[in-house]
Amino acid sequence: MAMQLIDPAIIQQRIHDLQDQDLYIHLEMTTGAYASHLDSTKHPAATFISNALIRYTTGSISEKAPHFRVGLKTEHGWVYSEGLTHYEESDSERLILAGHDTQGKLVVALQLSKEPF
Amino acid sequence: MMMTIPANSRVLVVLPHPDDECYSLSGTLAKHIAGGGQVTYACLTLGEMGRNMGTPPFTNRVDLPRIREGELKKSVDAIGIQDLRMMGFHDKTIEFEDRKVLDGAILDLMTELKPSAVFTFYPGYSVHPDHDATGAAVVRAMGRLPESERPPLYTMAFSRNCTDEIGFPDTENDVGDFLQNKLDSIHAHRSQFPSPGELGKSKKLDRELRERFSRERFWTIREFPNA
Repeated sequence: MAMQLIDPAIIQQRIHDLQDQDLYIHLEMTTGAYASHLDSTKHPAATFISNALIRYTTGSISEKAPHFRVGLKTEHGWVYSEGLTHYEESDSERLILAGHDTQGKLVVALQLSKEPF
Repeated sequence: MMMTIPANSRVLVVLPHPDDECYSLSGTLAKHIAGGGQVTYACLTLGEMGRNMGTPPFTNRVDLPRIREGELKKSVDAIGIQDLRMMGFHDKTIEFEDRKVLDGAILDLMTELKPSAVFTFYPGYSVHPDHDATGAAVVRAMGRLPESERPPLYTMAFSRNCTDEIGFPDTENDVGDFLQNKLDSIHAHRSQFPSPGELGKSKKLDRELRERFSRERFWTIREFPNA
């Protein structure tokens, strides 16, 4: 297992391969639990939703490195994520995307799978 | 070059968010309307993902689209725009939208209205992904029109150092007589901007507002790749 820097052409293909089917999504964003402890001007916030079922009809990734955006259009709405930097290259079944800051800490994650995480 | 749009003609404005019209374009539109012209403003989204909720918060994520729709209508009235089309796309998703749907909606407007000029953002130099994606969609839609039916496309850009790559704006419009419309348009978007001030309060402020807002500048796009 190794997270690689995102190659948008590869991710675009994987997004395309997963469209029009029921998928489990894990979507997460966090400033880290210590954000305001380390810097009182920072607002600590975190949120995630795990193993919700979704199905999207159109999806794509932005093209410009190093911070990528992904948008997935569902029947009734959208999934959106910004700041993605890495993907899991060895996982061909699931799409595992994450954004890490300059210290390597996870800030944002977007994961899709046919089976629950 | 000074801007020339045929009097009494219809222009089409395609922008993604309520408030995109106010700072750089509202004077030009008010001037065109004062000269007998028509304006259709296609606003793609309601800016429903905006973050400004006021301090203390006067709205929330659920109500924000309604608030911004009200602000948009107030701005449209301040400018005198006769035809507002709220296109129903979702904030932050323009770049991911199905291109057939997006480009088709814009092309439909062009064929319906046959505008004498079109206004949007310069793709790639307009900072917000929705701005860039809207400009790109307008360029693609224009490219599908026969060359003889393509009206001039005027664009706004404001990315840092954009003039290094795309040069300076080639078209300028003196909107000094329409500052009140412009300020009213900006003030309409109360949830988004602090007031830049009001005319008639002091000579110094009037002069500052005049210097800041009297000229609107645009880049004309003339290349339509893959047209």
